[in-house]
Amino acid sequence: MKVELEADKCVASGQCVLAAMDVFDQDDDGIAVLLEETPGPELLDDVREAVAVCPAAAIRLVEQ
Amino acid sequence: MAQTADVVPEFPMPRASGCPFDPPPALQELQKQGPLVKVRLQDGSEPWLVTRYAEQRALLGDARVSADNTMPGYPTKGDGGGGENGEDKFSFIMLDDPEHARQRRMVTAPFAIKRIEALRPTVQKIVDGLIDDMLAGPQPVDLVEAFALPIPSLVICELLGVPYDDHEFFQDNTKTMVHRDATPAERGQAVRAIAEFLSGLLVERRADPRDDLLSSIAGRVTAGEIDHRQATEMALLMLFAGHETTANMIALGTAALFEHPDQLALLRESDDPKLVASAVEELLRYLNITHLGRRRAAVEDIEIAGQVVKAGEGLIFTNEIANRDPEVFADPDRLDITRDARRHVAFSFGVHQCLGQPLARMELQVVYGTLYKRIPTLRLACRPEDVRFKHDAFIYGVHELPVAW
Repeated sequence: MKVELEADKCVASGQCVLAAMDVFDQDDDGIAVLLEETPGPELLDDVREAVAVCPAAAIRLVEQ
Repeated sequence: MAQTADVVPEFPMPRASGCPFDPPPALQELQKQGPLVKVRLQDGSEPWLVTRYAEQRALLGDARVSADNTMPGYPTKGDGGGGENGEDKFSFIMLDDPEHARQRRMVTAPFAIKRIEALRPTVQKIVDGLIDDMLAGPQPVDLVEAFALPIPSLVICELLGVPYDDHEFFQDNTKTMVHRDATPAERGQAVRAIAEFLSGLLVERRADPRDDLLSSIAGRVTAGEIDHRQATEMALLMLFAGHETTANMIALGTAALFEHPDQLALLRESDDPKLVASAVEELLRYLNITHLGRRRAAVEDIEIAGQVVKAGEGLIFTNEIANRDPEVFADPDRLDITRDARRHVAFSFGVHQCLGQPLARMELQVVYGTLYKRIPTLRLACRPEDVRFKHDAFIYGVHELPVAW
């Protein structure tokens, strides 16, 4: 799977970090940063949760 | 479903007596009728009430839906729908993007997850200190005044960078600001006193910046990004948004746990931080303290769920019934701290979703993870029917919660 993040949409809710901290982090302003563009299948549920809870629809999951 | 003018229900509606933790039954009935239904406000206007989870998330995340209260059709207040404490008159929460985003990003840094985690020991110390004081004092004691209100007030002092010597002034005024017996004039005076105080601190921080949120906001003024009035509103917003909300979650959450002793026992006897975190999400979902509806206006025609919301029509989002939507949460009226409730919309949804949510979560995790363990015999010190609930306030809660142990 491939994760896409549109950081300019991010509203710094921190929800993606709580849902999938192996995949997302935040910069100094709290804006989401993608740590792992192609996370392993064991992280799929976490990433799906991050997509679901992001209030700004800034994260997309492309399942290859 | 077709509605005729004479059956448009009035909003808001009352909760059922004896069910203070459940949304009004009439609201849950409307949810069954459809995802969008017209309601009538006290001023005669008829905005849409968005009742279901999926449609609430879709519309709150839609750029054609405006949070600007000067837009045509924006559902008016004056029906208990908010603004009583000024919590939604201020700053960027009533602006749309791109200006909203520009201003919001000026204050996002301290709410990053790692920064909030770094604040956890400080919050733990505040919580432990207040419990020490309660245990050393007389019983019964009002949990709202002795515990629930001081916590967010002290935490906001830490976050903003209010000097320690001024904590008492800040505490006294924030207490008056939300006190049940304060007159509107007294509340207004307290708000003005805090506004002047924060305004003064912002001036000091411009000259002598430190490592705190006030200095960071002051720096935006120096850089010409906002003016001094906007900076003061921003600082006040941090207080309004994080104070009574957190306090009510602490006291109302405790009241709800008293009503559900099995859940309270689970929480008290567990050492698993994951269960505590899960309990926080479930109590946020179940209680959803912003209970008279978030308000918006459509600025373009929007087709949704077989309806057309026309430009200039108002929208009200009752997050408390979205959080009880059976399509999303099984057996939604049951409080179950072991369920996965993370997708709740207690912090709303879309670009305006609560900025302080990482802080709120951490504060509540410390509180729920500490209070019932340190006072295992904590109990309600009055009859449940004598607890007074804030039925007409924008932020739901209890006026007082007498407890003993």
